[in-house]
Amino acid sequence: MIESARYEALMSRRSEIMKQSVGIDYSQYETGVIAFDYEKLFVDTGYDVNTAREIQSNTAVGNTPLIELKNITALARVAASPGKGARVFIKDEAANPSGSFKDRRASLSVHEAKRKNFTGVVAATSGNYGAAVASQAAKAGLRCIVVQEAFDSQGTAQPEIAEKTRACEAYGAEVIRLSVGPELFYVFLHVLEETGYFNASLYTPYSVLGIETLGYELALQMQKQSHVFPDVVIATHAGGGNVTGTSRGLRKAGAVDTQVIAASVDLSGLHMASDHDFNRKSFTTGHTGFSMPFTTWPDRVDVPRNAARALRYMDRFVTVTQGEVFYITQILAELEGLQRGPAGNTSLAAAFAIAQELDEEKIIVVQETEYTGAGKHPFAQLNLAKQMGVTVRRGDPNDNKPGQRIVIPEHPSQIKVTDVELDRVRRSYLHHAIESLGEGGHLSDIDIDFLAAETRSSKTYVQEVINGLR
Amino acid sequence: MTELIETDTWVEIHTIILPAGERASQVPKDTQKVPLEMRAKGFLVEPAALGDEVEIVTPAGRRLRGILSEVNPAYTHQFGVPTPELSTIGREVRAILRQRGQLK
Repeated sequence: MIESARYEALMSRRSEIMKQSVGIDYSQYETGVIAFDYEKLFVDTGYDVNTAREIQSNTAVGNTPLIELKNITALARVAASPGKGARVFIKDEAANPSGSFKDRRASLSVHEAKRKNFTGVVAATSGNYGAAVASQAAKAGLRCIVVQEAFDSQGTAQPEIAEKTRACEAYGAEVIRLSVGPELFYVFLHVLEETGYFNASLYTPYSVLGIETLGYELALQMQKQSHVFPDVVIATHAGGGNVTGTSRGLRKAGAVDTQVIAASVDLSGLHMASDHDFNRKSFTTGHTGFSMPFTTWPDRVDVPRNAARALRYMDRFVTVTQGEVFYITQILAELEGLQRGPAGNTSLAAAFAIAQELDEEKIIVVQETEYTGAGKHPFAQLNLAKQMGVTVRRGDPNDNKPGQRIVIPEHPSQIKVTDVELDRVRRSYLHHAIESLGEGGHLSDIDIDFLAAETRSSKTYVQEVINGLR
Repeated sequence: MTELIETDTWVEIHTIILPAGERASQVPKDTQKVPLEMRAKGFLVEPAALGDEVEIVTPAGRRLRGILSEVNPAYTHQFGVPTPELSTIGREVRAILRQRGQLK
């Protein structure tokens, strides 16, 4: 048990601990009261997309297959108007060593930790990223500690997280399992300070650079297979790294006209820090509980500045329901022979609906899959949902209500996306920016420029919104 | 007499990090009412009985103290029973494709 004085003392050492454990002095990038030099943060790492690919190939990360889902495309065309129904491809990221695209994020962090002579790495994550860091650390001969939010006050573990615990332990990592709550950050800081290990945060430039290879690779693969860049790439969106890194990688490969769509599972109404809601979510990632707060204010993370800034990179932001993702997961297994997900299939559910908006010759790429297994499977998630009193039934996905009803579609034509209005997201971002300023804070021209880049808008737009807020 | 668990046995310890009522201010009410708990696994340093306060050495080599809660803890996550709401989907979509001549 800790006394509050110790808690506060540790929290006050936060920025020093962060600086030591990431090896980046973020203060040198500040250019305004809000603005910072985002691109320089990447340049100064010394890595680019080619060095990242080389490092990843040394641990068998990347070079995953790009598979055309012909039967799913045919099914989407049944539901589409004549002439509509784009070709759907999927990047089989489950083929990475620990079973997800998170190996790309972990590889550069672990490489950097080793280069800087750290003896171990620490990551705060309940998801695939923990297994990825543990796997990469094992290969690099570094010690690894993973801090998870894992169980509720009844001691009931989220099945998907329980599987992650097992996977991390299988790679020889120490796993600290906590009950629900944001004070996980305190434990995380304490571990960093005590061990002096590297903070393999999901939100450093290393982590985002590691994903750039995914966008880059899929653009080149598509170019080679079909002689064109994809028209649309859909990424499951949570903390923002997937959308940011993929989009940056696409641009670096020259695929500047490819539309990048962020897709999240709608978990609106459920509180992320609620002990009661914890086991009623049925998804541990790829959901709006992360994607909304992180898109509208990315710097709420375990490093001073988040290198994942999704609002800069998304052309469109959509949500799908839990039931639609479970439905498409079943279809992926039974029509394409691929048992994957479920959380990673969020973007596949969105692709199924969006394919029907596009002409037949257009190409959509779903940029990830993840491994599946005990706990990390629709059966496990839906059995827990039922145990928690959540109704699971077939019907119209419009009746889905997070935490209360999971409605599995009755027909593929019922899979739809709901567009998140980007203007609202931008306004919310700017609202947070103004809030962060506090009393008397003054925005310079550099800050306004930065906010325009952050929200992919203009200085005029930023000024207008801010004037309206004040 | 309670049987002692031998040194170097793989065990789990349990500790309370923050008691109920002393949680961070931004935490919702239901979470305020429960403690922040921690569970960690490692190798037992000295022989001890379940419920004793013990020290373990974790796979990362750290020494942690807590109440000995489990010996060689099982992984209990599983698939469970198949979900009837999912079990006919394959059949349904194959029938749709067959109707359109997309599948034999």
